[in-house]
Amino acid sequence: MKKRRANWPRLSLRAGALGYLALLIVVPVGSVFYRAFQHGAAAAWDAITTTDALHALVLTLVVAGIAVPLDTVFGVGVALILARHRFPGAWLLDALVDIPLALSPVVVGLALVLVYGHTGWFGNWLAARGVTVIFSVPGIVMASAVVALPYVVREVLPVLQEIGTEQEQAARTLGAGRVAVFRRITLPSIQRGLAYGMTLTTARVLGEFGAVAIVSGAILGRTQTLTLFISSSIENLDPVGAYTGSVILALIALAVLGLLALTSPRERRSRWPSRSPGSPSASAPLSPSTA
Amino acid sequence: MTLEVPERSLTALLGPSGGGKSTLLRVIAGLETPDTGTVEIDGEDLTGVPVRKRGIGFCFQHYAPFRHLTVRRNVAFGLEVRRLGKAEVRAKVDELLDLVKLTAFADRYPSQLSGGQRQRMALARALAIEPRVLLLDEPFGALDAQVRKQLRGWLRDLHSKINVTTVLVTHDQEEAMEVADRLAIINDGRLEQVGAPAHIYDHPANEFVLQFLGPATELDGAWVRPHDLVLHRGPKAPGGRRATVERVTHLGFEVRVDLRLPAGGDVWVQLHRGSAAELHLAPGDQVWVSPSGTGTARVPVPPASPRAVG
Repeated sequence: MKKRRANWPRLSLRAGALGYLALLIVVPVGSVFYRAFQHGAAAAWDAITTTDALHALVLTLVVAGIAVPLDTVFGVGVALILARHRFPGAWLLDALVDIPLALSPVVVGLALVLVYGHTGWFGNWLAARGVTVIFSVPGIVMASAVVALPYVVREVLPVLQEIGTEQEQAARTLGAGRVAVFRRITLPSIQRGLAYGMTLTTARVLGEFGAVAIVSGAILGRTQTLTLFISSSIENLDPVGAYTGSVILALIALAVLGLLALTSPRERRSRWPSRSPGSPSASAPLSPSTA
Repeated sequence: MTLEVPERSLTALLGPSGGGKSTLLRVIAGLETPDTGTVEIDGEDLTGVPVRKRGIGFCFQHYAPFRHLTVRRNVAFGLEVRRLGKAEVRAKVDELLDLVKLTAFADRYPSQLSGGQRQRMALARALAIEPRVLLLDEPFGALDAQVRKQLRGWLRDLHSKINVTTVLVTHDQEEAMEVADRLAIINDGRLEQVGAPAHIYDHPANEFVLQFLGPATELDGAWVRPHDLVLHRGPKAPGGRRATVERVTHLGFEVRVDLRLPAGGDVWVQLHRGSAAELHLAPGDQVWVSPSGTGTARVPVPPASPRAVG
């Protein structure tokens, strides 16, 4: 390794970036961890093993367990449609996908209540058949799936556009059917984008507050997710509960990020050059291969 | 148009870019659906048969390597999809890697190969399924000149070794004539002429074919090859025309002489440097130009044809 001499502008840029991160992320998150364990691990343990806290944790995991696969399947499907087909109205679909990003989650929640609540269009029909959406788990899943919907599409679509269709066509000439093409060619090609999109989706679902707060009714021990639990702990002057809930959320998020790091083929990625399959590199002439 | 490709031949679809050669190739492979017409192999109508069941080996212009698979897995793809046994796949892939001389590169990824190596990998991958027909879309188009020359000879050898009916698309007439044993000249979606390279060169069916396959110049109302013309200091040959030397250009072993006819109009002649030296040509000299008699390529110039001298 060559030693480079750091000069002042570079050093101050680094210090600035790190300081900014420290002020906005490291210090606040660190203080939450500190506060959670301030009165000892036992107090923290007690705070999160209450029935309500455990229920909130389980509900959060269940919601993520349903909403993330939903968004993944939908996201890959929409990305494939947008990347591979031309049809009138494609731009509309493209734009619709982004609405959850642009819209405040509170508005998303409210819109869902309007449609799926007792008095809503579908809610009425569903209620008559014994299905409750709003103030119940389906509503929470729905709200979470909506707010996290764009991430997989937005991560996968550019990858699909970049890899093009030639590899898939080649696979077809070699005898692969639709499923085999998707499983053996398309999926491995979009793997990294997909993993990243799923990570973002999971993070968003775990952390969603606004939309879920409106559709769930935040019924203690029934429709309270971890974020709602934290919020109500603060309101009920139970700081340890709030801090500990936060720590759990943070740990889950860390686990998800760790999983991403483990599954992404880091080494092979660095071998993928920018896409120029046609131009041979000048430094690698045709050589007698046995050399 | 109807184009028949004889079994075991190496046919080149040759024509200018955008003339429909690649489209024709993709229609044969089933990657594109023809508006009308049929595709048959061995008398079997394949028009409605899906790509994966046609048994066609297709090499894309940019090789379409599977970037997430090693060379070995790339070549094995068609066999793995067919669910062949592991040992069988391995043996077959080893054999193919040896054929295309990539054995030492088996565990590399496509991004670690040179253009020529990628090209050979794509060939091996297409050959693995033992295709009835091998289709190559601009096989050398993406390579630099030197590699291209090497690979042409290599492809010729490979074809005589494996003897698969092969159709390749190219816009390079030199490449087509060197590699293929049959040419199909395609222009603007039309099939202009089919035949052996030498025959088409000497007996072009029309002006387009003559001009596309080689240099052409206009003399006495017909297109001829400039190397089929001779120059004289005196009026020796019958049918000789008087002309003035405009310019003499030395291009290595050949010499290009631009002439002006007294009646107006330009002709140019390609001479061997030896014959040019004997004539001591200089701009302004009066010479006689006539067909050499050995040249046979001759196509009348249609009235009011655009001047396009290659």
